[in-house]
Formats: sequence, C-alpha cells, structure tokens
Amino acid sequence: MSTSEIDLGERSVRGEWWLRYAAPQAFFPIAGRMIPYFGILAVLFTLGGLYLGFFVAPTDHQQGDAYRIIFLHVPAAWMSMFLYVILALWGAAGFVLNTRLSGMMASAIAPTGAMFTFLALWSGALWGKPTWGTWWVWDARLTSELILLFLYVGFIALKASIDDPRRADRAGAVLALVGVVNVPIIYFSVQWWNTLHQGASVSLTKSPSMATTMLWGMLLVALGAWMYSIAVSLTRVRLIIRERERELAWMRELGG
Amino acid sequence: MNWGSLGAFVDMGGYGLFVWGSYGAAVLCVAIELLALRQRARRPAQNERGPAGDSA
Repeated sequence: MSTSEIDLGERSVRGEWWLRYAAPQAFFPIAGRMIPYFGILAVLFTLGGLYLGFFVAPTDHQQGDAYRIIFLHVPAAWMSMFLYVILALWGAAGFVLNTRLSGMMASAIAPTGAMFTFLALWSGALWGKPTWGTWWVWDARLTSELILLFLYVGFIALKASIDDPRRADRAGAVLALVGVVNVPIIYFSVQWWNTLHQGASVSLTKSPSMATTMLWGMLLVALGAWMYSIAVSLTRVRLIIRERERELAWMRELGG
Repeated sequence: MNWGSLGAFVDMGGYGLFVWGSYGAAVLCVAIELLALRQRARRPAQNERGPAGDSA
C-alpha cells in the first residue's frame, strides 16, 4: 500500500463530517455492528412474506399454484435492478469524492446483485414453462435482464483482472455507469415493446392489480431480500476492507 | 390454510417441480453465498486478488 493512500485516508477523516464515515477505518466497526440487525430483519421479513404467500394467499384461478413463484421472482427481479443502481451510484461517488470505500462497496454489492439476477431469470424460466409453454423467449424484458446478468459478471471479471485496486475501482465504475442505462430499459421494456412478459402488476401510479394478501407477501419477501442484501454486502465489504487495508496501521492494530 | 396435507403442499397443484425448483435454487444460492463469505472470513487476510478475489 503506497503512502499516498494513507494520506488520502487522513484527508477524508479531516474533511466534511459525513465523509468521515467514508473512511474504511470509520466504516468498518459501524458495518460490523449493523450486520446482525439487518440479518435478523431479513429472516423475519422473508419468513413472514413466504407464510403469507404459501399459507394465506389463495390459489390463482388461472395459473393454479404455479403463480406462487411470484413471491421469489418479483423480489429477485426488483433487487437485481435496485442493486445495480446502487452499485452504479457508488461508482459515481468514487469518481466525485475519490473515496476508497466507494469502490469497495461496489465490489461488495456485485455478487449479490448477480445472484438475484440469476434467480430472477431462473425462477422466470420455471414460471414461463407452465404458463407460457416455454422456458425462454428473446423478448425485450427477458433479454435486457440477461444483459444485466452479463453486466454484473463483466463488472466482477473486470475488477478481478486489474491488479491495482484503485485502478480496478475506476474501471469498474465506468462499466457500472455505462451499464446503468440498461436498468430503465428493463423496467420499461414491457411498455416500450410488445413482450410476452406481462406488464407491471405493481406500480407507483396505479393501484396494484393483484389480491392484497399476494401483494403483501411479495412486498415482505422483497423487504427481506433488501435486508439480506444489506447484511451480506456489509459482511463482504468488511472482508474487502480487511484484505485491502491489511498493511495499514489501523488494521494491524485490529489484528485483521 | 391452503393445504390439506404435506403431500398437497409438496405437489403444489401439480406445479411442485416448478415452484420448488425456483425456491430450491434460491435457498442454494443463499447457502453458497453465506458459505463463501464464511470461508473468506476464515482465510487470513491475504491479497484481495486471491483465488476468489472480490467474487467470494
């Protein structure tokens, strides 16, 4: 680790009060204390949502019980897009503020985002077969979601291929920011193109077109997935901080 | 309560393979992710670009 990075850390500690928490040595213990709370909330929300989804919500009169995939599919798809936006925002923050933590946060989010993208595609295929009669079609929604998976994988691969972490952070941020245009494309694809995938059942502008218990089940699982993502990302960012800053004095004192 | 028996719950009205195939994959993914994090935590802090890099 070069001395310039140590100086950088000190500078960020001296700066604006909110930037203090962008210093890895300040964020590391805070993240550690928050993880259990988010972990517990993740379990409670997810189990509550699945209980509503499987034991309270009635069988659909058209799709039978195949529709129960929705309680996984929609939260996974939401998280896949949401996490990518957060990842891109950390990339942008890294450019503007030049904080070390930004690139680490982006790295910490990417695997979880990729996981949710894969689950959205996988559960979508398993839902498509019984309801559409096909595992996959190249319609705009499915294709743009597949591109999202490639963006996540590309981001991880790109960062892994560059030895200097700070350079890897910048390269990753460029990819993340370019790729973020894909997120509105995914979201609006069902309006812009004639897709086999249905339109949104839940939106901010109109009341949801589904039964209340189904909606609550879905929202609770989504909330659980959100809490899970935070808990896992914080866990991973602590590991990344430990690995990257192992030669700095503050981490040596922690015995990390 | 939607299900008269455990068998009915597993069968999911004939869609058991699709429903449990989805949720099973989710459980597997989460388990893999948590295990990978635990493994990474147990490794003494080495270079970030070890065998798994950021992707663990």
